[in-house]
Amino acid sequence: MLASLLIVFREVIEAGLVVGIVLAASKGVPHRGRWVSIGIGAGVAGACLLAAFAGEISNLFSGSGAELFNAGILLLAVGMLTWHNVWMAGHGREIAAEMRRVGAAVATGERTLSALAVVVGVAVLREGSEVVLFLYGIASQGGASLAAMMAGGVLGMAAGAALSIVMYMGLLAIPVQRLFAVTSGLITLLAAGMAAQAILFLQQGGYLEFFTATVWDTSWLLPQESILGRLLHTLVGYSDAPNGAQLLFYAVTIAGITTLMRLERRPITPKFSASTSGTNRSG
Amino acid sequence: MKPFLFAALLALLAAPAFGADNTVSLTLRDHKFTPAEIHVKAETPTTVTLVNDDGETEEFDSTSLKIEKVVTGHATGVMRWRPLAPGRYPFMGEFHSDTAQGVVIAE
Repeated sequence: MLASLLIVFREVIEAGLVVGIVLAASKGVPHRGRWVSIGIGAGVAGACLLAAFAGEISNLFSGSGAELFNAGILLLAVGMLTWHNVWMAGHGREIAAEMRRVGAAVATGERTLSALAVVVGVAVLREGSEVVLFLYGIASQGGASLAAMMAGGVLGMAAGAALSIVMYMGLLAIPVQRLFAVTSGLITLLAAGMAAQAILFLQQGGYLEFFTATVWDTSWLLPQESILGRLLHTLVGYSDAPNGAQLLFYAVTIAGITTLMRLERRPITPKFSASTSGTNRSG
Repeated sequence: MKPFLFAALLALLAAPAFGADNTVSLTLRDHKFTPAEIHVKAETPTTVTLVNDDGETEEFDSTSLKIEKVVTGHATGVMRWRPLAPGRYPFMGEFHSDTAQGVVIAE
């Protein structure tokens, strides 16, 4: 029972952290509950489908189908997170100002909700498919331990959800004028961690063979399989022994997102030097 | 001198082709890995074929190898391990970790 509790807890919390960040990042945006629910629902449905066809997907591309699939959906999520952050860089200030003024929901900001729903869907899909495969395996085995294992699974799910809610509440305690700055940072690191994870899957499938050497090893300090290590792995992509290609793509993702955000932010707070002062800008 | 340089260059370019990669066949039966101890050459990539003879799905999981590979019941999965520094790398079947345990020794 404890084994199944831990496995389900781990997977639920990894998806739950992503949902918590997305909910915090979309605070004050109308219909966000609907979009996030769609993301979770599609993720659960997709997880069941993925589990049902795990064998077929795995056999694609000479046995590396699952690796390509995982890398693909992770990179899709990275793209969606990037879009959200860049859009928020342009509009977050208005939303925060509006929220302070009317103290309620505002009519802007709905555009990237679909992107965030995709991110939620991907997170639930990836972690959920493992839960489904695991619980299905237990169910098909039958036996006396079945009830206890299933009870463990349900408890693990509840515990994972509870911890995710606690983290979401923690994020909400941040004052609204700082909230979007914090969630933008979190989403940037989340995206970078997902990119690094995608690289790992491409390496596992044999598609990337450069900079594969481990650059450093901090497993003596904070093992990745510890609870804190796992939390940090999900949140910021912590790895106790990253390889060169992972670090490269982690850095490239952060640099790419922050550069795009800076470009998008410029029109709202124009800073023109004397030589380029905007004579041809009508404002 | 020149032919020597040319030969050296050629040897350098051809080196990866001569340095054969490790290949490993791993079988899972009754939620146990055979072999449970795998020896591979260090600093060399390894191609692993995992045959799951059990009826249930298993996830090959190793935080030290940084590998997560789901193999369904009565199926075969292929994975690629990065070149490993000399050392011990434990792995397990996550869904039956009480019995499905093993270790890779790179030397």
